[in-house]
Amino acid sequence: MTTMLFSKDEWGQGLLAVGKSIKVFVPVKEGDFTAFQLLAEETVPDWAYQNTRMSPKSIVYPQSEGMFKYSLEEGDPEANIVKEAPKDYTLQAVVGIRPCDAHAFQIVKRNFDNEEFRDPWWVQRYEATTFVGLGCNEPCATCFCTSVGGGPFGKNGLDVILHDVGSRFLAEGLTAKGEDFLAGLTGGQAAGEKELGEAKDLEGWAGEKITAGISTDQLKNKVVTQLFNAPFWEDVAFSCINCGTCTYLCPTCWCFDIQDEVFGKKGDRIRNWDSCMMPLFTLHGSGHNPRDKKTQRVRQRFMHKLKYYVDKYGNGIQCSGCGRCVRFCPVNIDIRQVAELMNNY
Amino acid sequence: MENPYLPYPVRIDNITVETEDRNLKTFKFVFLNPEHEGRFKYTPGQFAELSIAGKGEIPIGIASAPTEKGFVCFTVNKVGLVSSHLHNMKVGDIMGIRGPLGNWYPWDQMEGKNVVIIGGGFAFTTLRSSIIYMLHPENRPKFKEITVVYGARGPGMLLYKDELAQWEQRKDINMHITVDSTNDSTWKYNVGFVPAITGKKITSAENAIAIVCGPPIMIKFTQPVLEKLGFPPERIILSLEMRMKCGIGICGRCNIGDKYVCKDGPVFSLAQLKTMPPEY
Repeated sequence: MTTMLFSKDEWGQGLLAVGKSIKVFVPVKEGDFTAFQLLAEETVPDWAYQNTRMSPKSIVYPQSEGMFKYSLEEGDPEANIVKEAPKDYTLQAVVGIRPCDAHAFQIVKRNFDNEEFRDPWWVQRYEATTFVGLGCNEPCATCFCTSVGGGPFGKNGLDVILHDVGSRFLAEGLTAKGEDFLAGLTGGQAAGEKELGEAKDLEGWAGEKITAGISTDQLKNKVVTQLFNAPFWEDVAFSCINCGTCTYLCPTCWCFDIQDEVFGKKGDRIRNWDSCMMPLFTLHGSGHNPRDKKTQRVRQRFMHKLKYYVDKYGNGIQCSGCGRCVRFCPVNIDIRQVAELMNNY
Repeated sequence: MENPYLPYPVRIDNITVETEDRNLKTFKFVFLNPEHEGRFKYTPGQFAELSIAGKGEIPIGIASAPTEKGFVCFTVNKVGLVSSHLHNMKVGDIMGIRGPLGNWYPWDQMEGKNVVIIGGGFAFTTLRSSIIYMLHPENRPKFKEITVVYGARGPGMLLYKDELAQWEQRKDINMHITVDSTNDSTWKYNVGFVPAITGKKITSAENAIAIVCGPPIMIKFTQPVLEKLGFPPERIILSLEMRMKCGIGICGRCNIGDKYVCKDGPVFSLAQLKTMPPEY
């Protein structure tokens, strides 16, 4: 696999050139936060960012996405027949994605791309995407990727990984897709022993900076109905205001709603991110609601991530340790504490 | 790539008002493209999403049987946005069907057994599908005794009244129709709640499997009756309802524990349900 060294100027120029034929997303400062934006001539990427406020899941799975179109025009022979909405699957690259967020796509893939059903939109956009990761020299205080199968330089789900070695990026191709991406860049030179050594040191230091952890080793052995009936859920949910921030920011939350919207005689069937924090999520037509209390909804969120997912796929928890829900929860609910309660119950 | 969210276009071929309150209608659909009928290959117990452009989709059990060719039927209760709109549609209107979805009653396990069917109210739809399927001359020899307990609030609230009357006349199915109460002096069947009639009419769990579909209150009181008769939880089969959107286990809302009612269900044995969180 190729390992190349780029000056940051060179890297920026290279991306601009690549951006003429594919869509390139880079982290950009937006007010107090950072967000992924489509790279344009005037874009100033923020390579020193810690992590974006919103996860980059929308690049593969938009918050709102047209599924079908239809006509309601009387007399139209095709009226009331839903047709696939036209889609753009131009090749794209997310450059500077953090390893936790790339890992999250692997966690979510088990839902959208399984043996029985393949979600055509998620799968095709995912397949059109190259993930160019930027290792974390300075992880956040809330990061706990190292205890959920990742790390500040974790390679899971990445096609290329970048090490920020001062004024330069060390870029390592990890997959054929990643090699193609690097081959398409201008500039760069072969990396020497010195830079490879620096990169190794960075990985070591960054790993040591992550002190927060999460205990998950016992979760798979717990009896689901016992955990479900555990006495701590009322306490965990007590301060929750059901705002749903955790679910919208989370890179591994995938639930969606389907709605029809009509304008004049034309309509769209669209899907929107949804949240298990909302009472409407499970409300039956009859008025019955199996999760009408907030404690039930909070329990669902944690049980899904830390127990149901574990049981269903046998492949760890549904969390990549990015820490967004911990940082942005307005009432300080902390998944690490909940995992501790569940794991030790 | 095949799109599992894309409905097959269908035309409403017939509409039957089933109940005296006019809240339940049976819609008979014909596929616009005959090839789609071949692809819509279902087994009794499954459901589909009825799709109306501009309104949305609703998950409804399939009321017709795979032995009935050329159409599919659904009996729909008028409750929300989509079902209310559907009730105002007319013969000839175009809409969509997406499916078949979910699992089905355990037909392999039921072969060679006595089958006890217990239904209440408008949950009788996939049970009608099952009865038609079992009574088909090709299938009837596969099952021993077939016994049906079916109840509604009153005589006017029973579904499929003509077929119920025909089944009453047959020797190869034991029908026990009941109503909660009635002032109708010509009523010639049972009066009483489904659990009580079940206790009276079903005498043995020997080599039998029970399929129970109905409102939660009926299921709650029927369960101990069946257990007293000696039905083990593995041989009590239930079909659940849940708010659904995608119908294929992806959108995330209809879970009970790690099972999705739309994909892993809607049919579960009581034994399975006992290992799952009681959140339905």
